[in-house]
Amino acid sequence: MTEAKRHRSDTKMVPVPSQSIVPERDVNELPVLETRHLGIEFGGLKAVDDFNLTIGKTEIAGLIGPNGAGKTTVFNLLTKVYEPTSGVVLINGKDMHGMSIVQASRQGIARTFQNIRLFDKMTVEENVRIGLHNKYKYDMFSGILRLPRYWIQEKRQHERSMELLDIFGMQDLADKQAGSLPYGAQRRLEIVRALATEPKLLLLDEPAAGMNPHETEELMENIAKIRDRFGIAILLIEHDMSLVMGVCEGICVLNFGRVIAKGTADEIQANPAVIEAYLGKRKEAEA
Amino acid sequence: MSFLELLINGLRLGSIYAIIALGYTMVYGIAKMLNFAHGDIIMVGAYIAFCGIQNWGIPPVPSILLAMLVCTVLGVAIEGLAYRPLRQATSLAVLITAIGMSYLLQNTALMIWGANTKSFPTTFINNSSISVGELTIPSATLITIAVNIVIMVSLTLFTSKTKTGKAMRCVSEDRGAAELMGINVNRTISLTFAIGSALAAIAGVLMCSTIPSLAPTTGSMPGIKAFTAAVVGGIGSIPGAMLGGILLGVVEIFGNYYISTDLGDAIVFAVLIIVLLVKPAGLLGKPMREKV
Amino acid sequence: MTKAKRKRLIYNLITFALVIGAYFIIQNMIAEKTISRLLKGLLVPICAWIVMAVSLNLVIGFSGELSLGHAGFMCIGAYTGTIVSGWLLAAYDMQDTTLRLVLAIVSGGIVAGVFGALIGIPVLRLRGDYLAIVTLAFGEIIRNLVKWLYVGTKDGELCFSFLNKDMPKGVKMLVDGAQGTKEKIISTFPAGVILVLVTLLIVLNLVNSRAGRAIQATRDNRIAAESMGISVTKYKMMAFVTAAVLAGMAGALFGLNSTTVEPKQFSFNQSINVLVFVVLGGLGNVLGSVISAVFLTVLPEVLREFSDYRMLAYAVVLILVMIFTNNPLIRSFVDRLISPVRALFHRKKDTMPGGDLQ
Repeated sequence: MTEAKRHRSDTKMVPVPSQSIVPERDVNELPVLETRHLGIEFGGLKAVDDFNLTIGKTEIAGLIGPNGAGKTTVFNLLTKVYEPTSGVVLINGKDMHGMSIVQASRQGIARTFQNIRLFDKMTVEENVRIGLHNKYKYDMFSGILRLPRYWIQEKRQHERSMELLDIFGMQDLADKQAGSLPYGAQRRLEIVRALATEPKLLLLDEPAAGMNPHETEELMENIAKIRDRFGIAILLIEHDMSLVMGVCEGICVLNFGRVIAKGTADEIQANPAVIEAYLGKRKEAEA
Repeated sequence: MSFLELLINGLRLGSIYAIIALGYTMVYGIAKMLNFAHGDIIMVGAYIAFCGIQNWGIPPVPSILLAMLVCTVLGVAIEGLAYRPLRQATSLAVLITAIGMSYLLQNTALMIWGANTKSFPTTFINNSSISVGELTIPSATLITIAVNIVIMVSLTLFTSKTKTGKAMRCVSEDRGAAELMGINVNRTISLTFAIGSALAAIAGVLMCSTIPSLAPTTGSMPGIKAFTAAVVGGIGSIPGAMLGGILLGVVEIFGNYYISTDLGDAIVFAVLIIVLLVKPAGLLGKPMREKV
Repeated sequence: MTKAKRKRLIYNLITFALVIGAYFIIQNMIAEKTISRLLKGLLVPICAWIVMAVSLNLVIGFSGELSLGHAGFMCIGAYTGTIVSGWLLAAYDMQDTTLRLVLAIVSGGIVAGVFGALIGIPVLRLRGDYLAIVTLAFGEIIRNLVKWLYVGTKDGELCFSFLNKDMPKGVKMLVDGAQGTKEKIISTFPAGVILVLVTLLIVLNLVNSRAGRAIQATRDNRIAAESMGISVTKYKMMAFVTAAVLAGMAGALFGLNSTTVEPKQFSFNQSINVLVFVVLGGLGNVLGSVISAVFLTVLPEVLREFSDYRMLAYAVVLILVMIFTNNPLIRSFVDRLISPVRALFHRKKDTMPGGDLQ
């Protein structure tokens, strides 16, 4: 990894009780996410087990591990697609037990998906407007009768959508059908849509998948930009190590559903358990 | 009528529904479409058998075989001409085409055989009965139930033991992968339609032996009911079709007797709704888990 | 105004203009007596079928759910409308047919809407094909139940009876079991057109609003919609119940357009009929539903001359149209034929920024 292109903010990370680390600046703030012994079992198979993680209010955190380690399952647990069979998830201190996906969204958690889930048949702007659904409201009857509230809120939605699209240079694409965009633009749109919900924690599931180094570079800048501009925390699942090591402040490594290491980029890279998980055990009698 | 007699009648009607439902469920499972015209193929089968026995003086068994042959050819032809061009289309487009095909069959039958209800000859099958204890069971009932069991067992063996049967299961799970494995998908789907249509012909004959009136619209309602039976059992599942068919037949007979003949149909549909509310994927269906 | 918004506005205006324009042309034809008796008799039914098609499009095209029992709501509306009209006449001596019609239509819509809500709650949880079969089942149940409904008025009071015709002497029957409804004709073509316009207003405005986007999001990607904080059940219900209300109103209009209307006119065959209108007109295409409803209602009647073969021809045409519009090979063939014509209309080719680099 070249020294020149490091975006890592060299944040000082301090430890907190749950064996996690958070950025020093967030130490006195309520962590945006805290999981305690979180786990889910599918008919005897523990897909995720004893997962403990704390993420600081403005932290950019990474969740890595080999394929099938359970990373997306963790996301699904955090967004209440799955209800955990053990443990607790706290968003801004609030216990998410029993919540539905919709309720979780209202608590301030937003995500993108590994296999892009856009509203293909709707336009780019409409996709973003869906993210604004709970921000600028008016009821069905105001809509049908075109009462003043309709016009006011629609205008606000339009302005805010364009503002968000502008941040990512996508405002020219506003009227294009989402399904017709090139892959990279679709991924960016998913992020914009998630941001529209004004989350406190943004979950990105393999945002760099299918990107070339230049695009990944741009993504790193965008992620840092998002955190700086919106003051939110970001948790990303990624396989692209340059992205993870470049932008993540705290990293958690998962294998077979369990945490095998937590720390800063330097610590993780030197951790033998992590190396073994990715590269396999060194053969003993080789010489 | 005693409880046992009702039950046996229910099994008879249910067997017929089960055979029809099998055709629906196989086509749905493998070709991923709802063949709305299936009920009308039943009608065609019944008419051919009718013509054979009544008009052409062919003995009953060859007539039935003739009906099966005609329906098989018809089913394969329909698939090749109307459904295959729409393999890539949305399922709704295929459904509408199937509906059009259903109208086509009904109106062609109308043209050929006229609108008057024909009386299906039942003597060849109803001429004897067996007494078990206090019950007198017409042989037709036993034949119907037996035929159903034979079909069910053969189909289960076929799909699990034979190469072609396994190919059918592959196509139903993942058509793309099946093709990559060298399975001739077109032939497999055609075969599915062939089997389903042959079964429809048998069902047509059995049905008209139970309820001897035959008209171009005769296949429509049983088709719908059998379709609901397939769904109740879990669409795509062969044992499910059997279970759903029998259940619906029994419910219809009991409903007609204990509650009201006139509300028979309504009761059948009400039961369907209740089952699906409790088990949204059908009795033996597997709930599809979407990967998030 | 953005380009997309402008296109939408023009589309909506064309839809309204078409209906209003057609109304005036037809009114003129009625006045000049140039309209055929066949077409005149179809005017109110056409309005009813337009409303049915547009409302079903809301469920199938915009909400993405296959409902095969839409005729059931029409049935409820027809029966409710008949009962209300008969009762208003008997109990309040309401001679004003326009007022009776309006009240009948509104009550038909409300009652159908209530049934829509009751049915929707359990049904909308089900997966696609299962939902289809359950809606079909409900449609059949409704039709079967009204076959055994008896309603009449005597001395200004309503009398009900179910399964057995248990009516007091001298009662005036409104609903007579399998024989259907019995009531004077009070539907009019202008009323039908107004209903169509109201339907278009409701559906087009709903679809182009926050709720409409939410409904379409639940169609395009259920899990993503939920992740954005949109309650899928709420919005699917919204589409379903709105469609039921509209279908009920159409039913009331339709029911009060004949002295008698039988239960078998609301069989699943009718639901299938409306489904064909919607699919042929284009899912999510309101204008398309209007056109196909008109066309496909008039066509079989016009073909009556070839009476024996007309349904056969209809079936063949339907199959051919579906194959031609859905098979990619045939479509590209047709597209190549049309492209010179299309080139005349597009001056500058629409390219995306950086669209060539993938």
